[in-house]
This record gives sequence, structure tokens and C-alpha cells, in this order.
Amino acid sequence: MNNRHRDFIAGARHSLPILVGVAPFAMICSVAAVSVGLTPFEAAGMSLIVFAGASQLAVLQLLSEGAPWVVMALTAWVINLRFTMYSAALAPYLQKEPLIRKAPFAYILSDQAFGVTMGRFVNDLPANPPWYFYGAATAVWVTWQAGAIAGALLGALVPARWGLDFAFPLSFMALMFAALKDRPAVIAAAVGGMSAILTKGLPYNLGLMLAALAGIGAGLLAESLTVEQAKGMTK
Amino acid sequence: MKGVFIWLLFLLLAFGTFALRLSFIYLFGKVDMPNGLRRALRFVPASVLAALVFPALVYSNGAFDFSFGNVRLLAGFGGALVAWRTKNLLWTIVAGMVLLWVLQALIAGVTL
Repeated sequence: MNNRHRDFIAGARHSLPILVGVAPFAMICSVAAVSVGLTPFEAAGMSLIVFAGASQLAVLQLLSEGAPWVVMALTAWVINLRFTMYSAALAPYLQKEPLIRKAPFAYILSDQAFGVTMGRFVNDLPANPPWYFYGAATAVWVTWQAGAIAGALLGALVPARWGLDFAFPLSFMALMFAALKDRPAVIAAAVGGMSAILTKGLPYNLGLMLAALAGIGAGLLAESLTVEQAKGMTK
Repeated sequence: MKGVFIWLLFLLLAFGTFALRLSFIYLFGKVDMPNGLRRALRFVPASVLAALVFPALVYSNGAFDFSFGNVRLLAGFGGALVAWRTKNLLWTIVAGMVLLWVLQALIAGVTL
């Protein structure tokens, strides 16, 4: 076994604890897709080609509200803007890889794979960093697809009166609290959330996107005020 | 929205998402991420997710409903407590769903 294989397996092994959360989230995405009227095949297909749960759930919600496709696409892309952050952080470690490997690396990049990989890279850089990432991301991807297929098959069995669509806001809530790392982030969430309530009635379901931008703006403002304050104190 | 159109939508979502993922992995050494963008991106998850959560709780069947009669709002508060304490997706869903079913049975008389 050479270094590459060893690092691939290490990445996959270190992602095991996080997979416990990946499988149910993938299942929820598929069950939700079936609950808004997609076929099990479409539900599993969505997870296979998009492979970005939070944005999939948001699009499904918009789909059930009859939003135009442009709004659905823009909303999904805004939610997935965070991947550019991950992309920038991983780039130095992947720069020697040929494009033919960079492309699949990019496709399987997930929140969970990024978390596991960067957590390891900052403490103890493996001999072959790309292969470590590859192992972690593949483990997450395989688990996600298995969960998505299971959810697509089970989704049709779940009666509507169970109100399983409530799993949408609950999933978003859990992800949101994990993202509230400091005060500016809390302010971004508060402003984003309140704006979304106020803009709910806007045509074309544009409210969500506008609210997200308002929240981002509020977070930036809060951060610059905090920095100013810190500067004031050191004077 | 059915058939071919839904697959075109998926492809559109997938293409954009793939481009965002590949962006700096591909551009490394050619383009640096602007500092302003880097700062703004940090707030995307908190802001977007809150914008998805808040309306889903305070609107009931399309109407604004901030009262004890709104079982999803009540169950949402319970779910939020669990989300805050555990930061765990699965526990939040389990707690929120069970709370919703219990409240539906108690307040609205709806059973599974």
C-alpha cells in the first residue's frame, strides 16, 4: 500500500463520525422531494447531480410554492456561495493535481468533507493531502447517495399528515445554529430572518434572496463596528 | 413543473454549484479572492438559513400567525432549543417532529 492509498483510507476513516449525520440528511432531502411531488427517480437524481442538501431543500420548498425557475436557481446559488470559500481554502493543496482530477474533486466537495479535511490539514498535514481529501469526500459522497436512494424509496410510504415537510425548517435551524460562531454572525441571522418574514409576500419569491443579502450586509456592518471598537480600546 | 423541465432545472442548479466548487481550486495562482468577498461569504450560511427558517415558523397556511395556536411555531421553538444546545441535525429533527406531533394532538386534535 503506497502513501496515496494510505491517505485515502485515513481520510475516509476520519470522516466516519460525521457520516452518522450525512445519511439521515440525505434521506430527508429525498423524502422531502417526494413529498412535493417528484418521483423517487427524480428525487435520487437531484441528489446525485446537485449534491448540495441545503440548496436542494430550499429549491424543493420554492418548487412547492410555484416559484419561477430563475428564482430557484439564484436561491440555490446564493446558498452554495459558501463553496467558493472552501474552494479557496483547499486550492493550495490541490494545485499540483491535473484538471482531470480537480474537476471530480470539486464535484464531491461537501461541507462535511471540507470540515474533516481542513481539521486535519491545520494540525498534521498528511503525505498526500489531495488523496486524504479524496478519501474523506468519497466517503461522504457514497453515504449521501445511499441515503438519498433509501429516502427516495421510503418517501412514498410517508403519509402527508405526518407533516414531514416540517423537517425542512428543522434541518435549516440545526445548520443555522452551527453557523452562529460570533456576534456578527448572530446579527446576520437575525436580520436575514426578520427580513424574510417582512418580504414574504414579494412576487416571484424574491424575498428569500433579498433577505439573505440584507443579512450578509448586516453581518459585515456589525463586524466592521466590532473592529472599530477593538481599535478604540487599544488606543 | 414536470418531466424534462425538472431535469433541466437540476442541471442548472448542478452546473452553477459545480462552478462555485471548482472556482478557486481552478483559479489558484491566477486570481486571488477579493478581501471584501471573503468577508461577505462568511455570513452567507447564517443569513440564508435564518431567512429560510423564520418565515416557515411564523406563517401558517400562508397567513402570518404569531400565536400559541400556531403549533409549528411552538414546535420550532423547541427544535431551536435542541439545535442551540446540541448543534446536531438529527436530534433537532427528531425533537422538533415529536414535539409537532404531540402539540398537534393536544392543540389541534390531529393524530398520526
